[in-house]
Amino acid sequence: MFGYILKRLIQMVLVLWVVSVIVFLMMSFTGDPVFMVVPIDASDAEIAQARRLLGLDKSPLMQYWIFISSLVQGDFGQSYVFRQPAMTLILERMPATVEMVMVAMVLAIIIAIPLGVYAGANPNSRLSRIIMSFSLIGISLPGFWVGMLLIYLFAVHWGVFPSSGRGDTREFFGLRISLLTWDGWHHIVLPSVTLSLGTMAILLRMTRAGMMEVSRHDYMKFARAKGATRNDVLYKHGLKNALIPVVTIFGLQLGDLIAFATITETIFSWPGMGKLLIDSIYRADRPVIVVYLMLVALIFVVINFLVDIVYTLIDPRITLK
Amino acid sequence: MTTFLQSELFHNYRRSSSAIIGSGLMALFAFAVLAGPFLVAQDPYDIAALNLMDSYKPPVWLEGGDPRFILGTDGQGRDVWASVLYGARISVFIGLVAMMASCLIGTALGLIAGFYGGILDTVIMRIADVQLSFPSILIALFLMSAVGTGVDKVLIALTAVGWVVYARTVRGSTLSEIEKEYVQAAKVAGLPNRKIIRKHVLPNVLTPLIVIATIQVGTFVLIEASLSFLGVGVPITQPSLGLLIKNGFDVLFSGLWWTSVFPGFAIMMLVFGINLFGDFLRDELNPRLK
Repeated sequence: MFGYILKRLIQMVLVLWVVSVIVFLMMSFTGDPVFMVVPIDASDAEIAQARRLLGLDKSPLMQYWIFISSLVQGDFGQSYVFRQPAMTLILERMPATVEMVMVAMVLAIIIAIPLGVYAGANPNSRLSRIIMSFSLIGISLPGFWVGMLLIYLFAVHWGVFPSSGRGDTREFFGLRISLLTWDGWHHIVLPSVTLSLGTMAILLRMTRAGMMEVSRHDYMKFARAKGATRNDVLYKHGLKNALIPVVTIFGLQLGDLIAFATITETIFSWPGMGKLLIDSIYRADRPVIVVYLMLVALIFVVINFLVDIVYTLIDPRITLK
Repeated sequence: MTTFLQSELFHNYRRSSSAIIGSGLMALFAFAVLAGPFLVAQDPYDIAALNLMDSYKPPVWLEGGDPRFILGTDGQGRDVWASVLYGARISVFIGLVAMMASCLIGTALGLIAGFYGGILDTVIMRIADVQLSFPSILIALFLMSAVGTGVDKVLIALTAVGWVVYARTVRGSTLSEIEKEYVQAAKVAGLPNRKIIRKHVLPNVLTPLIVIATIQVGTFVLIEASLSFLGVGVPITQPSLGLLIKNGFDVLFSGLWWTSVFPGFAIMMLVFGINLFGDFLRDELNPRLK
């Protein structure tokens, strides 16, 4: 186990290093950032001065060296637009995103798992077919379009939910949390419902497939033959085994939610780090984009690592090598 | 043809309502994409054909609707029905071409990795692993933010995220195929590797790709729509369905819902059709489930 964890940690560092190289390479394609910082009527001397300040007059290899060594030292650069440390900007907005992703995830789980179990246990019932059709529509929908429909119906037409922003927040250990206020809950409903639909549909289909898969196994027949009731067999023996693939998908889905949060935040003007990313792309605010990508890459490798560990805890047949 | 009509696949197809609905929707879109320009009177990209007097007309069944514009018009007096038909052409084109490019590149890399093994295998599969741990939409978004908007650039970004799934599948099947006797026999007979790969391995690893390719067109249509919605996809001169939704979003708060609702509905029906048919194919082509 210890050896495995050590090996995975080294792998994680390697992955992050590869990501840093790719991010650096792609960023050098995006045109000259010097024009982001100098005024339009700057003289050649001023441009050359700014170029020196940004370190753009050095060779690409040297630039990468400066880039990676300052990343490692915790210096993530200044936003060209806000003139503030890029890391601070992102961390300020992170609670908003995490909050929305969490609510969306919880929503997806409490709806998808029971429905998926039902549809898997009764594959031929009418209700199951309806559930499955809706889940297929769920994965065929453009998420941002659903968000717009919700805004039109609930905010513009009926006026029951706000269409944008985060509402009141309350300080909690120095973080601004909107889930602690009634107004905050009122604001989070539409964005998190929008965000959760895709994940809900996928979790539902995975749960159903898992249930159908396990019901073919001999231990299920044996438990039934032993005299256990149908429900006992399904929920005590079946469900636990059916959920193993769902846990793996869970990690991937968490990543997808963070990625799709960029779009949901843009629609609902949710002041999270995803909206910051999109705004920074529009403004070519390179340092913010770089820090966002590196931070999200770190989050993803950590999630993947945790999923693999959890996987062995719930399924003793799998050993880590 | 008669063998196909008598085959089990066709027999099951006729009995599966979801397969018929799915392929029906796909056929409908194929028709709309091919015949689109002949179905509408107005070319939505011909500025001369637009009349500002016609702007923001609601759909025909609402008060103030104009029978010339069944689904209403947008801010420039452009027929929404016509722009949906033209937009679907761009969305479907991007989905199909990016799928074919991903399939070609992914299959080639998967065959190389599986057949030759060694350092090539390690490099290709490690890249695939790293890529798979990030959501496709984020990779595509990042690539687009680096290279700028354009249909060609969307195609590159989609192909860059799409090849992985083919490479992994093909590598897996190749590894199990080359163990089999017919490949061993071909090797002993002294056939060159290229010929063994092309004539013997390739035909036997293609079946699982049919399902992946079908579903991927739908996924690509959705990713492209998201990119265009965020303003980093297709340019304004070639609006796909996603860009139409974005343009409609800007006027949504004034209650002009039809400019964004109909393009989104078109995407939903297209991708739903593809997924229905893809599900049918998966059940049919996966012998384990039978």
